[in-house]
Amino acid sequence: MSSTSAPIWYPVCRVEEIPQSGGRTVNVGDLSVALFRLTNDSVKAIENRCPHKNGPLVEGVISGGDVLCPLHNWRVNLDSGEVAAPESGCVTRFSVKVENSQVFLNLS
Amino acid sequence: MKKKLVMIGNGMAGVRAIEEILKANPDMFEITIFGAEKYPNYNRIMLSPVLAGDTTVEDIILNEEQWYADNNITLHMGKRIKEIQRGYKKVIAEDGTEAEYDNLIIATGSNPFIIPIPGYEKEGVMGFRDIDDCDAMFEAAKKYNKAAVIGGGLLGLEAAKGLMHLGMEATVIHDQATLMNMQLDSVAGEMLRADLEGQGMKFKVSTLTTEITGEERVEGLKFKDGSSLDCDLLVMAAGIRPNMGLASESGIYCNRGIVVNDYMQTVTDPSIYSVGECAEHRGIAYGLVAPLFEQAKILAYQITGQGLKSYAGSEVSTKLKISGVDVFSAGDFMGGPGADIIELMDKVGGVYKKIVLEDDRIKGVVMFGDTGDGPTFFQWMQDGKDVSELRSTLLFSASGLGDSGHSGIDQATAMADDTIVCGCNGVSKKDVVDAIVKEGLTTRKEVTACTKAAGSCGGCAGLIDQILVSTLGTAFVESEHEPICGCTELNHEQVKEQIRNKKLTMVREVMSVLDWKEEGCQVCRPALNYYIGMIWPEDSEDDRTSRIANEKMHANIQKDGTYSVIPRVYGGDTDADTLIRMGQVAKKYDVKTIKITGGQRIGLYGIKKDDLASVWRDLDMPCGYAYGKALRTVKTCVGSEWCRFGTQDSTSLGIHLEKQLDRIWFPAKVKLAVSGCPRNCAEATIKDFGIIGVDGGWEIQTGGNGGVHVEATELLCLVETADEVEQIAKAYLQHYRETGRHNERCAPWQRRVGLESIKALVVDDLESRKTLAERLDIYLAGQARDPWLERIADDAAMPEQKVFNEYRTIEIKEIH
Repeated sequence: MSSTSAPIWYPVCRVEEIPQSGGRTVNVGDLSVALFRLTNDSVKAIENRCPHKNGPLVEGVISGGDVLCPLHNWRVNLDSGEVAAPESGCVTRFSVKVENSQVFLNLS
Repeated sequence: MKKKLVMIGNGMAGVRAIEEILKANPDMFEITIFGAEKYPNYNRIMLSPVLAGDTTVEDIILNEEQWYADNNITLHMGKRIKEIQRGYKKVIAEDGTEAEYDNLIIATGSNPFIIPIPGYEKEGVMGFRDIDDCDAMFEAAKKYNKAAVIGGGLLGLEAAKGLMHLGMEATVIHDQATLMNMQLDSVAGEMLRADLEGQGMKFKVSTLTTEITGEERVEGLKFKDGSSLDCDLLVMAAGIRPNMGLASESGIYCNRGIVVNDYMQTVTDPSIYSVGECAEHRGIAYGLVAPLFEQAKILAYQITGQGLKSYAGSEVSTKLKISGVDVFSAGDFMGGPGADIIELMDKVGGVYKKIVLEDDRIKGVVMFGDTGDGPTFFQWMQDGKDVSELRSTLLFSASGLGDSGHSGIDQATAMADDTIVCGCNGVSKKDVVDAIVKEGLTTRKEVTACTKAAGSCGGCAGLIDQILVSTLGTAFVESEHEPICGCTELNHEQVKEQIRNKKLTMVREVMSVLDWKEEGCQVCRPALNYYIGMIWPEDSEDDRTSRIANEKMHANIQKDGTYSVIPRVYGGDTDADTLIRMGQVAKKYDVKTIKITGGQRIGLYGIKKDDLASVWRDLDMPCGYAYGKALRTVKTCVGSEWCRFGTQDSTSLGIHLEKQLDRIWFPAKVKLAVSGCPRNCAEATIKDFGIIGVDGGWEIQTGGNGGVHVEATELLCLVETADEVEQIAKAYLQHYRETGRHNERCAPWQRRVGLESIKALVVDDLESRKTLAERLDIYLAGQARDPWLERIADDAAMPEQKVFNEYRTIEIKEIH
């Protein structure tokens, strides 16, 4: 991955290819990223791995700006990556931009 | 004009009487209360827990000053009455405040008995009776560290425990050999002593104190046997004396206390009443709270002129409020010579129970270690219940027989309606249950606020919790008035009604029309999706984003993020070709685990998400719905086709039912079983809907559960033919679909709705049975497609037509 020069924006898919209020998995090498489309069509990306027991967050139910892990309902904030109390932990976040409905992902 | 009512004393019994009076007739009196203490009415019984740090002074205030204001009561705090002028019908306080009365209540309570041992006037010698005493002990504990308590009764032990909590060393001096000798026999007393010694308390029993030594302040004690003890704080807890000085000086007849008749009127002056610890009724001045509250009720009844209701005295029971020590006693627990006594002694487990019987009726009880049945025994004692039938099992618990590990809930369930749960406030189980149901209470705090149960000594708090659980069932959190979740104010029933009335057919529509907060959560969204599909089967579409992962994927997510695939094996009946095919699929996809499931089918575990559709295609078997709120399995035994005991063909009926009820979403998962004879090898009696073949017919059993809370079914009905079984199954399950709350299994639903009402609709009323079954058929018609087949067809479609594309993983090449 590039660490020095300008960030790489990976073209991933179109917004409508992500289910409304749902998620979609993006694999980049060994890394699995969960892409979410919220009701306002904004797109968020976090690592597809719950800090609790590695649950695939992409399958979780979205509630407001959070996703609930499908394994044990840990609540992860899609903006901060923080796990909600009483649990604690943090998930890696990735920048996303949408241009003309095309979704780009920045992994740096 | 209102009559003037004045009360001297602002304690528990008196204020309770005022509360009862206000309840009976809120407009009858203009009320004035004088209290010598500078606090509003507080829970004196809870002083020990305050001392022991288990609660705080603020938390034991029973009536805030606002309460007095709200009820237009004039409250004079910190004003001691010095004179009652009966001729002028007025009282005068030490500071000169006067108040005229038409009726006067003397509720001056009691004073601690300070034994006049030489030296008792020294500094550091005190009683334990009010908040000021508590404060004095807090202060003393900061400076001193050796405390002695004279009196090994209830109060003395609680005081000693509290002082230990404050960091002091505490020695209890008791003149008898047995601690709490008024409430315990020698065996229980010994156990109690051992227990408290284990906690660090010291004792000198059978010991009389002869002198309190020291200069200004107490420095030690001398005993009759010649020994002595150093101490710098001495608490006298040797009993209480009715506080009757004022009454006596006013010419009101007093003996041990202020003598009252059966209507709580003083025998001297019918316009003056007395209640509580200062009153003597039929020779007894009570020192416990429960009888005082009974007296308060009688007083209110009489003073408001509601008629004749008299007080005949009280039976009392005692519970020690030291955390971790359970002691209970009631009635005549000693038992004279030749008494009929049943005893249980478990020295290792620290449990002792003794019941004294007379003519098969309980005369007294003493319990140590396990006191859960205390209130039940006490109730039976008061009722004069004949316990001869229960004799052999009585001490193994009045309630625990047949207990399946949910003793608490079972105990509350088994309790009779009129059993007094809260002895302090005379609250019966029925009062608590009624309040929970009618007022929609869900917490103990609410129950206490509403009924006063657990508001005094708090000894019944655990029981109240159990009644809450047993009344509300597993719907505890989702009770009638409780909203579905934090996203809405509406409960399940209200939401269903709105979906029906407003014809809402989309989850997002429901949330916007009904003012949902945010976008719903994992609790409400699946519930809404279910209700919409159930109410509008023909006009709505399933909202996949409102389904949890398992139901969205039609497979069960496992802990490593892979899935399990469990196809239908109708009635657990399979064949060689199917098994071979499953084996081949397992090999092809490198399935890690092949497991025979608990529901008579075969599960393939560790399937990758992207392989799911191909696995389903290769299996060529129907989706087993092992992941969802749907029909799981219909378990069957081999039945009359093979079994020499079989009376009915259970396998065929099971296969038929499973095919008929396939592809239905329910509020929660549903399991069926069909047994071919009463030996019941298919375990139909712990299923949501169980069927047992009997000679000439079928027995239908419903509302069972084999999960966390094991529950046996109840008999719904007996029918002759398999067709009737099918129709009743459909009617029952449709009724459940319509009235069940999302995530509520059949067992709690049946308990909530009631077997009789279900029976009326799905068995007895043929017309309603038919329409219910028909409604299920209409729903089924819209569910014709197997979800796996949908995915398989989609998989074979042209890329641009693929519906499920959005679930596929996107692979991206890393750029270096």
